[in-house]
Amino acid sequence: MDTHINVTRSHAKKRVISKGNSTFKNNLTIFLFIAPAFIVYAVYVLYPIYSTFNYSFYKWDGMSEKTFIGLQNYVQLFNDSIFLSALTNNTWVVLVSIFVQIPLGLIMALMLFAPIRGIRLMNSVYFFPFLMSTVAIGLLWVLMYDPINGVINQLVTLLGFENVSWLSESNTAMIAVLLVVVWQFSPFYMILFKAAIVGVPEELYEAAEMDGANTLTKFIRITFPMLIPTIVSSSILAIVGSLKAFDIFYIMTGGGPNHSTEIMGTYMFKQAFVNFNMGYASAIAFLMFFIALIVTIIIQLMDYYRKKKGEFS
Amino acid sequence: MSMVMKKISLYIIALLLLIFTGYPFLYMISTAFKSQNDFFEKPFSLFSSFNLENFASVMEMGLSRYFFNSILVTIVAVLVVMFIGALASYPLSRMNFRLNRVVFLLFISGMMLPIHATLIPIFKLTENIGLYDTLWALLGPYIAFSLPISIFILTQFMREIPKALEEAAKMDGCTHFGIFWRVILPMLTPALMTVLIYNFIHLFNEFIFALVLISSPESMTLPLGLQDFRGEFSVNVPGLMAALTLASLPILVVYLFSQEKVVKGLGGGAVKE
Repeated sequence: MDTHINVTRSHAKKRVISKGNSTFKNNLTIFLFIAPAFIVYAVYVLYPIYSTFNYSFYKWDGMSEKTFIGLQNYVQLFNDSIFLSALTNNTWVVLVSIFVQIPLGLIMALMLFAPIRGIRLMNSVYFFPFLMSTVAIGLLWVLMYDPINGVINQLVTLLGFENVSWLSESNTAMIAVLLVVVWQFSPFYMILFKAAIVGVPEELYEAAEMDGANTLTKFIRITFPMLIPTIVSSSILAIVGSLKAFDIFYIMTGGGPNHSTEIMGTYMFKQAFVNFNMGYASAIAFLMFFIALIVTIIIQLMDYYRKKKGEFS
Repeated sequence: MSMVMKKISLYIIALLLLIFTGYPFLYMISTAFKSQNDFFEKPFSLFSSFNLENFASVMEMGLSRYFFNSILVTIVAVLVVMFIGALASYPLSRMNFRLNRVVFLLFISGMMLPIHATLIPIFKLTENIGLYDTLWALLGPYIAFSLPISIFILTQFMREIPKALEEAAKMDGCTHFGIFWRVILPMLTPALMTVLIYNFIHLFNEFIFALVLISSPESMTLPLGLQDFRGEFSVNVPGLMAALTLASLPILVVYLFSQEKVVKGLGGGAVKE
């Protein structure tokens, strides 16, 4: 990779040009290749992050003059019980992603290798939820959770229980939404695990069978250890994805009832585009960015040390 | 005996998972075909009636417009991303220069970024350049937010292309762009397919930028339009189900025709062979 930049110089057909000139030409080429993507990215991603950081020090309704108020937005944020409960709810999303979605995804993937018929059907149907738009999923489940006409409550009635207003009671709303999150994203982890299981060498199982291992032993001793890297990367994706959660909560509950399903994304949206507290919303948004950044750095460091340890052992 | 028991329990688990993942779809599609009466009287019946009225009425109410908008903005954004993403990935994966690592990290760290961190400035920018409430307001954010994963996939793939091919082209006096266009790009097809599928599905389903940047029905994309339908169909559940069914159809059809490609595409860079 190192040598070929200078190779341009040795073109047989070109006249000999000075080294400085050729480096300049090379840099220009590189610049022209990267510029279109970089300009769009800078305008719509990099600069807006800086602006958000900047706005977060102001009191601003989005229209009139901004008033500089220093760190006041951040101070207010950590005394804002709604924000703190949003933070807790985001943590719940992370935990459910890791401890429910990933195991369920693993079970679904394992079923695709089970010695039974209907694998092709399972392979298609299990993946369906992941293809649907989050908005459509949200609306579909809102109708299924409907207190009177929803199919879930009709089943509940059929079984002889009282109807439950799943999405409009504080103690059931969060669980009801999280179930939908699990429904939507488990198939994603299924495909990650499926790819990993295919990668486990067949000889390992053959050797284990010779030693008389049963299915459970084979899973614990062979499959599971081979899947650990996938579990780690799935957990990373789950954490990062959970911090970005918004659509499904916005559609299904809008953060209600009584903020019981409020997450940082819905709260930021409300502050910015309903209450027009753009400065305060920017502080929430920047904090979301900051949390994502810290998580990313921790993951990178862990990865770095894991690789370093691997080199010496 | 235990062998039979094991088989039976496997079938039970498989069936429960099938019901869990598949039943909501069955419910959605079968309700879409019901009349209002049927919906109230026979909530559990599957395909008891075959009533196409709901589909016709949602198409009339503007669903076709939303479809058109969504497909248009998605296709334009994905094509631009494929081109400028591939352009940027070329030097990032195959050339050595001082800022390479920094630029690459800046791009791919965008994968971790919560969209909310850019929402207010993008809203203000869109207002200032006069694109607010037009379909084209979405183009910039859609392209920018698709670049990280696309560059990640493309650079991974480009690193594997043998250097020798490039050297040969250089001997023949090809410029860098010539090499990119005639040597690299044709070999990139599988990676570009992954980029296409991944971004198409994600952008077709995108919601938050549409919510913030668009307000009038003429410019709405499908997810935003569906959300708008909700108010109008609050009493007509089969009608809303018909809209949801139609909205989910294109991607389900694509999936049924090219399952492996879609699965691989949606795995993004995460699923490797």
